[in-house]
Amino acid sequence: MRDAFGQPQTAILFGGTSEIGLAIVDRLAAARLRHVVLVGRNPSALEDAASALQARSVTATVVLADAADAASATDAVDQAFGALGAPCDLVIMAVGLLGDQAADDDSPERTATMFVVNTAWPAAVLAGCRAALVAQGTGQILVLSSVAALRTRRANYTYGAGKQGLDGFTLGLAESVRGTGVTVHLIRPGFVTTKMTGHLSPAPFSTTAPAVAEVAVTAVMKGTPVAYAPGILRYVFLVLRHLPSALWRKLPG
Amino acid sequence: MAVQAERATPSTTDELADLLSPTGPGHGVIARGLGRSYGDPAQVAGGTVVDLSAFSAISAVDERTHAITVGAGVSIDTLLHHILPLGYFVPVTPGTRQVTIGGAIAADIHGKNHHVDGSFASHVVSMDLVTPVGVMTVTRDRDPELFWATAGGMGLTGIVTAATITLLPIASTMVSVDTTRHRNLDEVMAAMVDGDHRYRYSVAWVDCMTSGATMGRGVLTRGDHAPADRGRPPTTIPTGASVAVPFNAPPGLLNRLSITAFNEAWFRAAPKERLGGIESISTFFHPLDGVANWNRLYGPRGFVQYQFAVPDAASATVATAIERLAASKVPSFLAVLKRFGAGNRGPLSFPTAGWTLALDLPVGPPALPAVLDDLDDLIAAAGGRIYLAKDARLNPAHLETMYPALAEFRRVADRVDPERRLTSDLDRRLNVRGPRHA
Repeated sequence: MRDAFGQPQTAILFGGTSEIGLAIVDRLAAARLRHVVLVGRNPSALEDAASALQARSVTATVVLADAADAASATDAVDQAFGALGAPCDLVIMAVGLLGDQAADDDSPERTATMFVVNTAWPAAVLAGCRAALVAQGTGQILVLSSVAALRTRRANYTYGAGKQGLDGFTLGLAESVRGTGVTVHLIRPGFVTTKMTGHLSPAPFSTTAPAVAEVAVTAVMKGTPVAYAPGILRYVFLVLRHLPSALWRKLPG
Repeated sequence: MAVQAERATPSTTDELADLLSPTGPGHGVIARGLGRSYGDPAQVAGGTVVDLSAFSAISAVDERTHAITVGAGVSIDTLLHHILPLGYFVPVTPGTRQVTIGGAIAADIHGKNHHVDGSFASHVVSMDLVTPVGVMTVTRDRDPELFWATAGGMGLTGIVTAATITLLPIASTMVSVDTTRHRNLDEVMAAMVDGDHRYRYSVAWVDCMTSGATMGRGVLTRGDHAPADRGRPPTTIPTGASVAVPFNAPPGLLNRLSITAFNEAWFRAAPKERLGGIESISTFFHPLDGVANWNRLYGPRGFVQYQFAVPDAASATVATAIERLAASKVPSFLAVLKRFGAGNRGPLSFPTAGWTLALDLPVGPPALPAVLDDLDDLIAAAGGRIYLAKDARLNPAHLETMYPALAEFRRVADRVDPERRLTSDLDRRLNVRGPRHA
């Protein structure tokens, strides 16, 4: 049960090897977290992450699921909540696939996979989590979107459009749970230097996984509906969303 | 924190027993009084909270023993309206009248007279308890283990439906009060050690925002019920709130500046020494009840209470705690300092001989959770404890250290509730009932 400061004791991380997701869990482990379920695809990477958490006295359970298979969402939710065996204070949705825009451009298969991993599977899982948390009468959902969702661009439009779907779904989900004891928090990071983006040159206002984690944990504790990382991007994108296409096209990053 | 639960409103003991039976609702059951808890002891997310307002009967007072039998849903406010005209006062009252008899037992509340009269359970003769294994009346002689586990047991040993308590006969509704002002914490504590035994009621309000030579300056008020010739005869009813806070204050209204200014004004306003002043019961015992919805002053994020007790041998801990709060720049309102007399047998009953300090802390400063975690470590190491009735954030790792008889509590709770139907968000957060045994 989370405390008066909003510090959770139990959590499920979908995207169990996500750098940002694990950075969030890392911060929670320094407070009240005692049990986390890591849901992901890569067994050895998940076990490594679990061992690191066990060493910090947090019970970590691994559940295997493949986000490229939309039909696996129901099982993933059931297994994750079952593994926790107690009310879940916080669900973290950190699944994402940046893709390779040049390769995705002309590939129906790759494009379909991008939308399954970035949109369909996370949305299906969140629908399952919604039911479980509303039945609990309490709980928080934290969804990692991206500023790429605010306006798609040539360099990563398949990823951006996928996040756009998840972003909009999450905002509607937040409205749907008002008054149930469940709250939803959406994080829109800018360019984050992680393994997912290691091959790219950082865009302006780039940030790091621990910095995004700080924003995310603060949003959960304070109950902020939508947070940006870094915070200034809220205002930067207020402008960028309305730039004429000719200018938008020429921006760096 | 807002959570969702079902609400049950049983009107008979049988209906209540059904709620706790194997065919009752799942996901936990906990009793609820007036919903004024600082934390989560009367919440059970996804479960069922039991409203006991139907259990509202009040018996006649036994003239010989001063005993009265009161429904668990009756508030101290209602009870006082009933008994003050008869010349009686409640044996123990907290700083508000908005507490039910059931809640008073569940938290084993204390008042300004703990050093003389003990806690609420000291005045309970018997209680009617509905548990998942049956309905029973428990006393100090009839199932003493269950009696004492229920005193301070946070509602986790069953649901009290009525209790017989012993009232205090009084000659007037006024209180004779000595007020003294002290320049720092050492002086406040010395005055209390020196003279508290001469008063039935004693409490000090301490400023936690000053440091150096005036660290912990405070105002000590001590008194007793006035004899009939000093006050009005005991027919006056305490008045309700005279002022109200109309809406939630904006976040940050209570900050370091405003609280420092308030504490300064409050200290200056107190007399250096005023002996034999006459105050009403409301003014002396229930100052918060004079301002309706005072909690709104704290804004939408609210506040947490932090109340700890430490033994006399660790009295220096009180100063250390205040120094740490002042140094951390976390704003805190006036703190309440009291001496406790001997504790009772209740494994989860809070009071133990020594000192207790209660702090109101606005939620918001990012450093606050860690500052309180550090204080938990300090209090636990000093052989002290945190008051569960006010807690909303204790580090669960300290629960067994702070309450050494926790294992006894768990054994008794499991005896009357083997299927663990009784639980609360406080229980879930602190794992009060402990790991399940196979």
